[in-house]
Amino acid sequence: MNENAPIKPDDVTPVKSIGVPMPLVDGPEKVSGKAQYAADFVEKDALVGRILRSPLAHADILSIDISAAEALPGVIAVVTGQDFVGQFGVLPIARTEWPIARDRVRYRGEAVAAVAAIDVETAQKALDLIELVYDELPAYFTADDAMAEGVTPLHEKRPNNVERHVEYDLGQVDQGFEEADLVFENTYNCAEVCQVQSEPHAAIADYDALRDRLTVKPSTQVPYYVHLMLEQTLGMPKSKIRVIKPHIGGGFGARTEALHFELIAGALARKANGTVRIVSSREETFITHRGRPEQKTTLKIGLKKDGRITAIEATTTQRGGAYAGYGTVTILYSGSMIFALYDIKNARYNGYRVLTNTPPCGAFRGHGTVNVRFAFESLLDEMARELGLDPFAVRRANLLKPPIFTANDLMVNSYGLPECLDIVEKASGWKKRKGKMGPNKGLGIACSHYVSGASKPVNWTGEPHATINIKLDFDGCLTILTGAPEIGQGSSTILTQCVAEVLGIDMERIRIIAGDSAITPKDNGAYSSRVTYMVGNAAIDAATNLKSILIGAAARKLEVDAADVECLGEIYRAGQQDQGLTFDEVVAAALEGTGTITARGNFDTIPKSWGGNKYRGAAIGGSMAFSYAAQVVEVSIDPDTADIKVEKVWVAHDCGKALNPLAVEGQIEGSVWMGMGQAMTEETHFHEGLAITNNMLDYRVPTIIDSPPIEAHIVESNDPHGPFGAKEAGEASLAGFLPALTNAIADALDVRVADLPITPDRLMEMLEKKESQDRKAAGAATEGAAA
Amino acid sequence: MKSYVSLTLNGRAREDAVPDNMLLVDFLREVIGLTGTKIGCDGGECGCCTVLVDGQPRHACLTLTGTCHGSTVETIESLEFNGRLSAIQRGFHENLGAQCGFCTPGMIMAAEGLLRDNSYPSEDEIRHGMAANICRCTGYVKIIESVQAAARELTDGEAAQ
Repeated sequence: MNENAPIKPDDVTPVKSIGVPMPLVDGPEKVSGKAQYAADFVEKDALVGRILRSPLAHADILSIDISAAEALPGVIAVVTGQDFVGQFGVLPIARTEWPIARDRVRYRGEAVAAVAAIDVETAQKALDLIELVYDELPAYFTADDAMAEGVTPLHEKRPNNVERHVEYDLGQVDQGFEEADLVFENTYNCAEVCQVQSEPHAAIADYDALRDRLTVKPSTQVPYYVHLMLEQTLGMPKSKIRVIKPHIGGGFGARTEALHFELIAGALARKANGTVRIVSSREETFITHRGRPEQKTTLKIGLKKDGRITAIEATTTQRGGAYAGYGTVTILYSGSMIFALYDIKNARYNGYRVLTNTPPCGAFRGHGTVNVRFAFESLLDEMARELGLDPFAVRRANLLKPPIFTANDLMVNSYGLPECLDIVEKASGWKKRKGKMGPNKGLGIACSHYVSGASKPVNWTGEPHATINIKLDFDGCLTILTGAPEIGQGSSTILTQCVAEVLGIDMERIRIIAGDSAITPKDNGAYSSRVTYMVGNAAIDAATNLKSILIGAAARKLEVDAADVECLGEIYRAGQQDQGLTFDEVVAAALEGTGTITARGNFDTIPKSWGGNKYRGAAIGGSMAFSYAAQVVEVSIDPDTADIKVEKVWVAHDCGKALNPLAVEGQIEGSVWMGMGQAMTEETHFHEGLAITNNMLDYRVPTIIDSPPIEAHIVESNDPHGPFGAKEAGEASLAGFLPALTNAIADALDVRVADLPITPDRLMEMLEKKESQDRKAAGAATEGAAA
Repeated sequence: MKSYVSLTLNGRAREDAVPDNMLLVDFLREVIGLTGTKIGCDGGECGCCTVLVDGQPRHACLTLTGTCHGSTVETIESLEFNGRLSAIQRGFHENLGAQCGFCTPGMIMAAEGLLRDNSYPSEDEIRHGMAANICRCTGYVKIIESVQAAARELTDGEAAQ
């Protein structure tokens, strides 16, 4: 198209961006190899940063001698715990971790020193020259051991190694169980799992000694938290720090708090007066961990004959690792998210977050909810069978009737779960196929849900939850400035779509810069599925404000009232007869007198959504909206090898409104598949605190060959507060896979899996046990008959 | 020790003195500055570093640079031509075969190797042809669709000629 050709207003209509499947705005960089991730900043004069790690799981550090390392030619800086002035931690109440251990190490692999040297070989040699003397302490690798009588506490303030005990007792639980027609109780164990995001951790830090300024490019989901923790641990003014988020190779929660390596990179750069690059190995990335904890859940459910839930009691214990991390939040989510999926009035919960001598756990996708949801949907399924109810019917008997507040004060306005159930029931052919699939084949169903951002932020500052700036200048290009970290989830694309939609312009007119503290507004980060909901709303607000500036300018130019100006995206006009003004003309008019325009947009949650205060920590779970998902899994099992094949998954996810249906599908498929990994193959193993699964062969992430077809359906319940009605799309579909799979296995083989992952050897053991029990029962029956 | 290595990299002949223990992936990234090829593991586990050596997909993290003497090496940077993405790159872009994008260069090079051998692979052949590459975002659904879209485009293109 000739840029200078006259535009005919009648041919111009506002461009539609929302609800349209859009490739990612940063897709071309990703497929061409141009996208730069943290490890890709290959500066010629950069020093190599390397970290020395503890060989012991629990020990006091008696002494550390770095003199030989410092004396080695080519070594520019050596840092220890003494080079930091403060501890870090994501929760202001639990900053207990030094970037490099001081005085005591609490897990194998914890950092004890770090060096910056001219090359890898020198750096490695220097690490070998550092001498530590330890006094070994008793170490605990399970939650039970760590909580036993007479243990040595990992942290002084936690004498019994319980980081946090959460309890609530809501409604009339005992009465609820008395009124039940059926009460079942069972215990479920989920192994520890790790995010294994594709990109190993990396950071490049540059210290400008002339100006005392530090610039860090870390592989993080939370550049703002990294900024705060650099300030806190290095004792530098935050105004002297700049954090730039490069392309990020996934996160899934592993990077939702500042991590040691990015803080160490900052310390090394400052001490070396230069640029230091730390590229973690995959093993170090596993050691850094922040995955989902090993968790044991004992769950009791009371049901009426028609399937209605009368009461719930849950006790759960998480092996949290050596430091607090997000632990308190994780154990709170495990309790609060028992609610808001079904109508539950009576529930009692005891959650224990335990400190152990293993790498610290964190906020893995579906944070806190997944393992308890596995228990819940498994037991519900088993009880439905006992009552002779269809698994769909028992779920339909317990649906919420929104708008409502749950017993723990969670606000539910939009609720697409009924439609999700209808869709997967039909798509999977459930009614026709269930029970008629032949031996060793089965179908299972489960539901799950998740928050669309935590309504109360971890760091309470009084600022709005989200702020977006849009810069518009003489060139007619809109630049969206956001702190919201694009980590591969597509947030930059979604925000661009939101702005384009409001203004009716093509996305080609828009650029987005995400995550540079010198340029973009602060943002809390990419976690708890907050970005689309919160930052999306802020983007709409900013674009709306910009549009009113442009309409005002057009009105002045056209000499009409602003109310009479019609915005067609590329044309602003007053009435159909008017030739109108082009976008560039409107921009020129808008700049008159003011110069460059920066339009701001904000978003804040409403207090009603904050989760109330019925128990200590009840705000965790509070959200503006919940997303919902239902999925059916079909399995076939080889009876000789107990090899489980997932034939197909049908999943429906209520995301409120699919702003970008392509991206929503991608998120749903990825979530389901990640749930499959946890359910079937993934688990960490430790030997005396030494992780023996710190690579991608022993820690089994599913390959393309293991992965089933996933048929994703989108349900749009139109949330009243969501951006164009949208809610979360990237987490809720994970948790449902685990119980949908084990329910399908129960359908196929009549065994109830309670321990995950369900590997073929575990399943084989269960089948052998069942066979011998069946044989005994048959024998007893024969004997009985003979008698 | 260094050895003289002569190879053709992305269509250009080069001659370098390369340390004998230098991996191809480090040569590409650290010496040449072609950082499109990624390192996602500690050796041969993830496929992020997949490049083509003499037309065959190869883990650059398990390949000594010296063994490529006299060979042709192609990386992700070679595929875009005159401001136009290749069919496979377009397939991945348009079908959301890339989310975070970190495994993508390796995936695309594996697909490139596959489609050169087999221009219209079945779904099963795609799965087996790309089994050495781990993606953590997509569940592989859209990766398979991306390769299928590229195969269609390439085959239709040939038919049109």
